[in-house]
Amino acid sequence: MKLARILERILVSIPIMLGIAIIVFLFMRLTPGADPVDLMMGEAGHVSEQEMEALRQEFHLDKPIHIQLYHFLSGCLRGDLGTSYIKRKPVTTLILECLPATIELALGALFIALLISVPIGIISAVKQYSFIDRASMTAAFFGISMPPFWLGIILIIVFSASLGLFPSHGRLPFTVGLETITGFYVLDSILTRNWAALASTLQHLFLPSLALGAATAATVARMIRSSMLEVLRQDYIVLARAKGLTEYRVIVKHALRNALIPTVTIVALQLGVFLGGNMIVETVFGWPGLGRLVVDAIQRRDFPLVQGAVIIYAFTFVMANLLADIIYTFVNPKIEL
Amino acid sequence: MDSKRISIPSSQTAGTASQPLQQNMYLLAIKLRLLRQNCQSFLRQLCRHPSALLGALVIILYLLAAVFAPYIIPQDPFIGQLGNRLLPPSWAEGGQPEYLLGCDELGRDLLSRIIYGARVSIGVGFLSVMVSMAIGVTAGLAAGYFRGWFDEVFSRFADLLLAFPYLIFALGVMMVTGPGFWNLIMALSFKGWVEFFRLTRGETLSEKTKEYVEAAKASGQGDLTIMLSEILPNIVHSVIVLGTLRMGYMIIMEASLSFLGLGVGTRIPAWGSMIANGRQFMLNAWWISTLPGLALLILVLSINLLGEGLRDILDPRLKID
Repeated sequence: MKLARILERILVSIPIMLGIAIIVFLFMRLTPGADPVDLMMGEAGHVSEQEMEALRQEFHLDKPIHIQLYHFLSGCLRGDLGTSYIKRKPVTTLILECLPATIELALGALFIALLISVPIGIISAVKQYSFIDRASMTAAFFGISMPPFWLGIILIIVFSASLGLFPSHGRLPFTVGLETITGFYVLDSILTRNWAALASTLQHLFLPSLALGAATAATVARMIRSSMLEVLRQDYIVLARAKGLTEYRVIVKHALRNALIPTVTIVALQLGVFLGGNMIVETVFGWPGLGRLVVDAIQRRDFPLVQGAVIIYAFTFVMANLLADIIYTFVNPKIEL
Repeated sequence: MDSKRISIPSSQTAGTASQPLQQNMYLLAIKLRLLRQNCQSFLRQLCRHPSALLGALVIILYLLAAVFAPYIIPQDPFIGQLGNRLLPPSWAEGGQPEYLLGCDELGRDLLSRIIYGARVSIGVGFLSVMVSMAIGVTAGLAAGYFRGWFDEVFSRFADLLLAFPYLIFALGVMMVTGPGFWNLIMALSFKGWVEFFRLTRGETLSEKTKEYVEAAKASGQGDLTIMLSEILPNIVHSVIVLGTLRMGYMIIMEASLSFLGLGVGTRIPAWGSMIANGRQFMLNAWWISTLPGLALLILVLSINLLGEGLRDILDPRLKID
């Protein structure tokens, strides 16, 4: 029955994705001053009327809007999201080039967020109202109120400019050569056994991951604490203690496993937070990922690139929600429809 | 705090032609008294909640500074003196006492600009929450009460909007509309109403089945009266809590958009754009970026403190532990 539920969720997300593509298309097409041909010509200089007309035909702009929508949607299905006006390259290629950097940063942020939040959440719940609990919950409160770009700047000033511990910009300095295979620098440096590049990559990855992951760490720590507190009040925990199990076994085997069920969903949903936050963090740290590509495209009014990237963002977001649902179905034994 | 949930079915107050006016006045007086008691009991509880009280006081300070900005600023925030370029804060070496927090890259007084920036942050944060709330609550009440096609259409549209990360969506709207105060509010409310809609719809669905609504229906009240004077007063506390918590988020979003150059425009000082401008001077003039960010952090922190306090007081069901 679990399979049926998952299948149903997948089917439900199809019309949502279709809706996203339609909304984005209408939004971009109905914007005043966003006529693609005018914008392209603005870059190219003087062009004759005939050439403009030829371009309009090439992009199907001379046809009614529902035909345009049809061409756009069928393009999306074929993986063709149009051509960037400014970079003169297919949008899909540009996005695929940037994607590994963004995913690497998101994974780094997730890793750091879990590394901080899981122990803090557990300790805070087990030692409720202790000094550690109060201190870490205060820190978590700061974490959820902190604008990520400001945290990034503070991290650069402290750890990079003053202490000189970590680099503040980019993924790898020009002096370190790395043969790229997958585009994931950590993976590439391990595959090519380039340990100098690995060390440098990890150093570059640390500060942006911390800036991006801090808010998630705070949210997840609060979440784990509250669900642990909820679980620790249950009868089966009293029973486990009465059986004479060690406190370690009670907390890790009995309490934590159940407390993590709602947390897993939240963690998967945080992917959406990373997607929103990465534009900011990538801009602050000069990280050559999708976020910076979009910000740049928005500032230069490169409509096809923005359109493609927004669709990719929204699709990933829907996928993250779907993933959260599927994981929840598997880890929660109560769902047996 | 249960007293606040007491609501007198307004069928009694609505009155018919045969009922004497006196009785209406009497019931109105009882309603006002209940309202006063609720307010008093709320204020008492707020005073017993130190973190919420602290948050509220800091917010009032910010609000006063924003409202009276032109009268309290020490220097002109718009015109700088190039001689004061990158002047450090007064306590640092080389600082001048009349420029308390130092100057920016164009020699403009940082404190005055931070005070002016509060106007943008608070204005955009407050108004975008208000607009989102007005749209979301109206649509949510109607969708939850009437169900049917209206509910279907709005719920599906809300689901669709939820599929976009907030910042991306707001950035897209800002790219289309261009920078500006009202454009910012529009961009943030465009998706902001969804949370209010979902909350109000859910609460309305559950309130609708309760006895007091049945009673109001049986006494012949119209749908509009039931929605506005029966259901709304019973769900308004959840809406207020959500509104407060969302305001901190909206302020961070506004600052993020300004940081990326799509805020209120370059001429008006906003914290996000001040932080962005100071970034290139991060190494030799740390104050330009960090101090506006600190002002932002303290404001958002206070709003969140108040919001979580309000949740404990008004809506204990949602309390975290």
